[in-house]
Amino acid sequence: MRMMPSVSGLTPASSDEILRPVHPGFIALTLFLGLVANVVPSTPSVSLMRPDFLAIVLLYWCIQEPRYVGVGTSWVVGLVMDVAEATVFGQHALAYAVLAFAADYFRRRVLRFPLWQQAVQVAALLAICAALVLLVRVVGGAPVPRWTYLMSPIVGALLWPPLSILLQWPQRPMRSRGER
Amino acid sequence: MRHIPVDPPDFFNRGPSPASRLAFLGLLALALMFADTRFRYLEGIRQVVAVVLYPLQRAVQLPGEAFSYVADYFGSKRELADDNARLQQELVAQAPAVQGFAELGEENARLKALLDVQQRYAGAAIAVEVLYTGRDPFSQKVFVNKGGDGGVKPGDAVVDDLGVVGQVTRVFPAMAEVTLVTDRDHAVPVKVERSGVRSVMFGNGTGRAPELRFTAPTADLRVGDRLVTSGIDGTYPVGLAVAEVVSVDRETGQMFARIACRPLAGFDRSRYMLVLGREAARAPRPEEPAEAEAAKKGGRKGRRG
Repeated sequence: MRMMPSVSGLTPASSDEILRPVHPGFIALTLFLGLVANVVPSTPSVSLMRPDFLAIVLLYWCIQEPRYVGVGTSWVVGLVMDVAEATVFGQHALAYAVLAFAADYFRRRVLRFPLWQQAVQVAALLAICAALVLLVRVVGGAPVPRWTYLMSPIVGALLWPPLSILLQWPQRPMRSRGER
Repeated sequence: MRHIPVDPPDFFNRGPSPASRLAFLGLLALALMFADTRFRYLEGIRQVVAVVLYPLQRAVQLPGEAFSYVADYFGSKRELADDNARLQQELVAQAPAVQGFAELGEENARLKALLDVQQRYAGAAIAVEVLYTGRDPFSQKVFVNKGGDGGVKPGDAVVDDLGVVGQVTRVFPAMAEVTLVTDRDHAVPVKVERSGVRSVMFGNGTGRAPELRFTAPTADLRVGDRLVTSGIDGTYPVGLAVAEVVSVDRETGQMFARIACRPLAGFDRSRYMLVLGREAARAPRPEEPAEAEAAKKGGRKGRRG
């Protein structure tokens, strides 16, 4: 695999690879794209399955770059999400802040596992986030949704491996053609 | 394990721990939620945060625009010709109705002029395009691409080509939030087109049919009846199609019948909608005569007379 730099880009970074520092602008861009992916119109059947992209991206940065993205950033991003989705002010803020805290608590552990095993743990974290949103809703008087509500964290966890590879891409060391 | 008895240098200091941050921000979020649901104090803050949404609005529109541009470009001449033929046919098919309406309209105008009533549609109608809908399955809201700058005001009624969509509930400078008639406890005053029975249609939230509440079991209602706005609230203009009755259950053992409806508007299909200004719906309040004004100053007499 080392022989083919184009293929090595599609696998998670191995532990002996030294990643380049992340650009804060890139973090902001990915968070914005996550927000766009969350609100872009879709058919009702698709929106049942639609994962919370913003939560996944936040989770990724909370685990990988805790110095840039933490509880505070997630909280602010949650407020923006509340405005974008016209939900009760502070609802996503609370959910994302708890998500960031849980990510910070588990991050050293999560990173030791291969990507697909990380995905299982990510499913649990996303489910906590979705459950908080649901709790606020139900307290606010909304009816309890059907079981399909659970699909969104599961789909989100399935997206974790490809998204982590994608988000790590700009940090991979550039390899010149003749090297190795 | 040996304890190192010195504080970490400032270099490692990253402010409060995540736990304390979470505690503080979590409480703040709870306070915000409370303030938002109970008092609606936070519309100002919402407007500030909405600044972030301008680029979002553009970004959301871009893929659709690009797609339709490409589709238009490659759309074959034959498709266009077919379209044209179909539209011509539709035009002819609707001609009698339109002519009939024209006559009715004229008659109506004459009668209204006799009654000295303000014209219903003063022309304050704004065409808008749906930007996006909420991701969340509870949300019965859509966002449209015109806001305060385009003349949209909170409380305006929104319709599409099939029926009433809902009501503008929040206005940002360049976009507006529309609450659908299916939203939980959203009420639309309606009347049955056939019999003229008046009622109020309440939304029931996601996936449940709206219902007519507080309607007597003896009311003249049948399955298949069309419901149109009655215009009593001053928000929705009179006579817009709202819904169709799908089931009438008179034997509920309660004071009121249970009547489920199916909204006519294409909430998840329509891309273009029309915002009807409130001025169009409600006649302006007549100026109070000078003597009444004087009487009001003297006492509270003459206010109701």
